[in-house]
Formats: sequence, structure tokens, C-alpha cells
Amino acid sequence: MRAPTSDLPVAFDKVALRIGEVNVVRELNLTLATGSTTVLLGPNGSGKSTLLRLAMGLVAPTAGGITWGGRGTPGERLAMMFQRPVMLRRTAAANIAYALPTRDDARVFELLQQGGLADLADRPARRLSGGEQQRLALARALARDPEILFLDEPTASLDPAATKSVEDIVRVVAASGVKIVMATHDIGQARRLAGDIVFLARGRLVEHTLAHRFFASPATPEAAAFLRGDLVI
Amino acid sequence: MTDGASALQLVLGGDPTLYAIVGLSLYVSLSAVVLAAIVALPLGALLALTSFPGRTFFVVVVNAFMGLPPVVVGLAVYLLLSRSGPLGSLGLLFTAKAMIVAQALLVMPIIAALTRQTVEDLWAEYRDELTALRVTPARRVVTLIWDARFSLVTTLLAGFGRAAAEVGTVMIVGGNIDGFTRTMTTAIALETSKGDLPLAMGLGLVLITLIVAVNALAWGARRVGELRTG
Repeated sequence: MRAPTSDLPVAFDKVALRIGEVNVVRELNLTLATGSTTVLLGPNGSGKSTLLRLAMGLVAPTAGGITWGGRGTPGERLAMMFQRPVMLRRTAAANIAYALPTRDDARVFELLQQGGLADLADRPARRLSGGEQQRLALARALARDPEILFLDEPTASLDPAATKSVEDIVRVVAASGVKIVMATHDIGQARRLAGDIVFLARGRLVEHTLAHRFFASPATPEAAAFLRGDLVI
Repeated sequence: MTDGASALQLVLGGDPTLYAIVGLSLYVSLSAVVLAAIVALPLGALLALTSFPGRTFFVVVVNAFMGLPPVVVGLAVYLLLSRSGPLGSLGLLFTAKAMIVAQALLVMPIIAALTRQTVEDLWAEYRDELTALRVTPARRVVTLIWDARFSLVTTLLAGFGRAAAEVGTVMIVGGNIDGFTRTMTTAIALETSKGDLPLAMGLGLVLITLIVAVNALAWGARRVGELRTG
């Protein structure tokens, strides 16, 4: 049975996260709502992963607040895919079944097919290739029937062919109405997938605009430097 | 015939006395490990996953109890089960059941401590993923124990090794009664002190063979498991 409450929009209000002496994320105001794919873009260490973890409810902010569909605690319609996903010590099919609320072999098969993994259903998940594991992690996240799917650098360690297969699935999922929020430092990937860009640098949200506008004429010097290929320190 | 040759003859000839002793030892130690596992596996996993005031102290104590002297455990259980003790009316002293309980108590800290370490390490790896999948705490325990199953089999076999090799606990609690509570280790102690070496040596041979076989089994099971499931 579908949960009646929605987790969208995910709203950040003056959110900050301080770990020890470091301000990992500061003064973050952002609303993630239904619509096109949002790509979090920025150099490594800019706070992209942290922003996703905050949005997923894995870590609580040290200042400010986050609401999910107007509520203070995250609900059930969120899912996340990590850069290095953890494969449970069982078959690929069993990994997907684990994430389903009830036993549903048809749904498991459907998700395996969508991920291009139908032939690997009975293969131990830990013996899949990197790209296959990422697709399995994606299928497992989708098993939760999310309204919003967070992806943390999903293709960072994959070769181009594997990257393409993951991106193709992401496009299909986005088209089916799931809100995609994806972190990447790969400008090309951002160009390929983004509807709007959230550009982060040193823990701050520097720019948030539509993708085509961002790439055509970035409004801030940091964004321009990043797009030029300069190191944004 | 030399003592060694006599010993070999007892072992290879299927001497009934020797193998009755071996059978009892296996029965006691295996039952003790099963009993200890039922308590200590979930306990160790819970200890790994929960935080509460005094947790560090508890972890240190459980770790320290891995080295509990078997005679002390035997003494404690003896005091509980003796006629003048709180559980004396159960009439369990000097029976195999008492030996099983006492060895289980001896082995519980080993299984709990090693399970805690294994599950804690695995949780560090699994935490984000299981939290993102909104897995309930109860289900986390089951999932982590299942995914750690190969390491935990090794843990159980370590527990069995400790149980099978100890003499103090079963001596005090069982009384080394001929045909009733005489295990390999207590029989070796008795026969050697009598100067009756063939049976002692034969039992020693069987005991060492068992320990080696059990460890080889552990290694083999782990390898096969890892090869099959990655």
C-alpha cells in the first residue's frame, strides 16, 4: 500500500553542517521539488555528498532545518544510491527482494530487466562487475518505489560503457516521474542529464539555475572557473 | 608392546571405551557451543549495534571474560548446583547436562566478543546502505549476522576448540565419573596420573586430530563460501 504522505518538496532552510573544526556545508537554502533532474555539480570536497546525505536524513544538520513534504522527519519515499554501493552477501535477485516490502518475484524480475541484469539474477552480487553492481544498487533503490532518488557520483569509478548504461536507466527513471538528484563532478555528465544545476563550492551553494543557462553563461566566477577546467580551491 | 603402539591399536581398533569417551566429549562440547551460540550471537550483534551508558565497560568485560579460567567457571557452576547451593534441588551436579551448561558459560564470552567485533566492522561498512533502505533495528541484526556468516562460523569453531580442549570445568562439574561424565580431557588427566599411558595417548591423538579436523573444516567452509558468494 502506498504511503499517503509525500516527501516532496525537500526543503533546506539555512542548513549548516559542522564536523569538528570544519564547516562542511554552510548557509544552504535549497528546495528540491518534482520536476526535471537536478544535478549537484562542483569540485571534490564542495559538499555535494554531504548535501545528499542531509537530504536523505543520514546525518542531521548542526544548524538550520530540513523538511520533507513539510514534515520534520524523512519518510519512506526516499531512496539513495551510493558511490560505492554495498552488495549484500546473496544473489542479485535477493538483493532487490531485500528492499521490497513484501515478497514479489514479478517486481524483482521487472527491476532486474530494467537494470539489464535479468541474466544475472542468480549470480552472487559480490561477484558482479563494477558497472553491474551499480546497476543493481540502482535497481535496489528503485525497489523502494521512491518519489525522489539521490545518486552520489554513481558512475565515478565506471568505464564509459558502464557509465552509459547507468545514465540510460537514470533517464528512463526520470521520465517515469521520479525526481532525480544526482551529485557529480563530471561536467559532461551534468550536461547530458541535468534539467537544473546546483553548483557548490567550499560547502556553499554558489549558483542554482537551469542547466542550459548555467552552461551557456555561468553567473558566478567560481562556476565559470570550474567550467573552464580551472581548479576551484 | 610400547605405550605408543598400544595407543594406536586402541584408536585404530575402535576400542569401545575410548570411543565412548570421545562420543561423550563431542556431545558435551557441541551442545555447549550450540547453547552458547543461541545466547551469544544475538547478544554480540546487539552489543555491536546499540549504544547505552556503560557500553565500553561492558565490551571490555566481555573481552576479558574470553580468558576466564575454566576451573573458575567450573567452581562457580559447582557452587550453584551443589546440594547446598541455590539450584541444588535440580540434581544436575555430576551429570552431562551440568557439563554442557558450564562449558556453554565458558564459551559464551568468546562467541559474544568475536561476534561483536565482526558485526561492528560490518556495520561500519553497511551503515549508510541499511539506513538508506530504512531497515529496522531487528532486521539489521539478522542481516548483519547472515552476511557475516563465514566469519561467525569461524567464531563458533573457535568456541568449540576452547570447549573441547578444556579440562577444569568438566572435571569439577562432571566429576570424571567412569562411563558417565568422563570426557577426553578428564580421562587423559586421570590415566596419566595413574601412569596408564596407552589410553591417555590414544585419547590425546584423537583430540588433536579432532581439533585439526575442525579447523580444517572451518577454513574449507569459509573458502567454499567465499568462492561461491564473493
